Amino acid sequence: MNALRNYLDKIKPNFEEGGKLHAFRSVFDGFETFLFVPNTTAKSGVHVHDAIDSKRIMSFVVIALIPALLFGMYNVGYQNALAGGGDMTDHVGMFLFGFLAVLPKILVSYIVGLGIEFVVAQWKNEEIQEGYLVSGIIIPLIIPVTTPLWILALAVAFSVIFAKEIFGGTGMNIFNVALVARAFLFFSYPGCLTGDSVWVESSSIFGLGYDLADGATCATPLGIAAANGAQSASLTIDSITGLIPGCIGETSVIAIALGGLLLLWTGVASWKTMFSVFVGGALTAILFNNFGAADNAVAQLPWYQHITLGGFCFGAVFMATDPVTSARTETGKYFYGFFIGVIAIVVRVLNPGYPEGMMLAILFMNVFAALIDYYVVQSNINKRANRAKLK
Amino acid sequence: MGKLFSKENQEVFSNPLNLNNPVVVQVLGICSALAVTSQLKPAIVMGLSVTVITAFSNLIISLLRKTIPNRIRIIVQLVVVAALVTIVSMILKAYVYDVSVMLSVYVGLIITNCILMGRLEAFAMQNGPWESFLDGIGNGIGYAIILVVVGFVRELLGAGSILGFKVLPQAVYDAGYMNNGMMTMPAMALILLGCVIWAHRAYNDEKK
Repeated sequence: MNALRNYLDKIKPNFEEGGKLHAFRSVFDGFETFLFVPNTTAKSGVHVHDAIDSKRIMSFVVIALIPALLFGMYNVGYQNALAGGGDMTDHVGMFLFGFLAVLPKILVSYIVGLGIEFVVAQWKNEEIQEGYLVSGIIIPLIIPVTTPLWILALAVAFSVIFAKEIFGGTGMNIFNVALVARAFLFFSYPGCLTGDSVWVESSSIFGLGYDLADGATCATPLGIAAANGAQSASLTIDSITGLIPGCIGETSVIAIALGGLLLLWTGVASWKTMFSVFVGGALTAILFNNFGAADNAVAQLPWYQHITLGGFCFGAVFMATDPVTSARTETGKYFYGFFIGVIAIVVRVLNPGYPEGMMLAILFMNVFAALIDYYVVQSNINKRANRAKLK
Repeated sequence: MGKLFSKENQEVFSNPLNLNNPVVVQVLGICSALAVTSQLKPAIVMGLSVTVITAFSNLIISLLRKTIPNRIRIIVQLVVVAALVTIVSMILKAYVYDVSVMLSVYVGLIITNCILMGRLEAFAMQNGPWESFLDGIGNGIGYAIILVVVGFVRELLGAGSILGFKVLPQAVYDAGYMNNGMMTMPAMALILLGCVIWAHRAYNDEKK
């Protein structure tokens, strides 16, 4: 650690005013504060001090995402081997195949996203903002493995510019950046994000994996349920371990739960939001089970399947709890989370065009987060005003 | 002749094209700008229709301006605009039926276009017929330019064509390119319009 510190101190003068690498000062600064907590503090005004800064919070989220990421890689290989009729015991081979399939997406996401952040920071003479660390790893996890890289790059550029930078950068965005990227893909290139043929990587990479015939299809469980309602009992077990087709990181409930526990234990994510998303989703699913149309297969899906399938868990744990775009008042978090759960299930059940409703639900509630906060604060003010009047 | 094209009159005509553009500066007429620009052809026809209607309604109201009682001026303006819109709508149906189907209700909705009422109230009620006519043409063209820009980008990226002709060769699609479905939705039109406003302001701020 000391050697690294010394090295950074040695090269630091190059990046300061007048140094030969001054043009890259924001990169250096971003990298330095990523490695070491800066020892400068605010000199004026009132500040609440905490032991960790936002870069450390971001690092926790990235660490929490690693189980879902690793399992997602394995599952990519697993689905490929399953569809190709390959050797199902070659776990290392399957993981390596998935690793090679997913890695380019992560690289593209980070290079494009951080590239834009770098240009903007340099242009506005600001520090590089750290928000993209998390979005950059979430975006590859919420897309199907077959998404072409240029489309991914376009979506990342779109969401970083239009969902984040024009609102003022990290911490100022109204909408969750990763979900805007996914929404852009969803509405711009629906053929790449929905349907039956996008969930399995169909060509081998460096001799690993299996080449599948064109048109090898494999629907997600939610897609199957929406299409014909065929449900098997083993589906629930598989959807908990995550060996089902789906977006790269969203399939495994166990891997997501591991990440979720880390987030709750470190206090990075709010348990209130997370908990109320599940409550809202479960209650709505039960409501539809009892009062929904009998011929609507998705309405008849039991609540525990609704929660384990699709992006519900991933959204509840990693996206709904985004501290920037969620409600900030403690009471507001209950309402915010609850309505995400409700809307996600309502979209799934009532709109046959969208088998997955989590993305739309979270984006929709992002809009209302500020309104919820306003009413919570206002009701508190009214309560106190009434109390003051009585005396 | 010299008086007709005096410096003031030239400014009346050219201001709405750039520095006082009805769409990107005054942010009027957004609804129709989003709705009709998914392809270039309806955007052009819509721009032309609005230009004709603004020009002639400005002219007529300016001629009548001294006889219109102040308390009922809005309704008089509406009658004039509605009459002109009906004429334009009939002409469109007669000569370019397919485009008029594409434009659907938006030709009729020109009556409620804020640009028209704004120009009538702010300009034609105080100025002579020739100036008002120029002002109407200027504002109509200023509106049309933005529609054409947005329509051009949307049709090119959303359908890979311009005015209905495929401009992107098949080889591009074979290489993995796909048309952007969001470009055909009004949501993307709003974002594009925002980009046009952004570029316009950045350019004009630099000049100052």
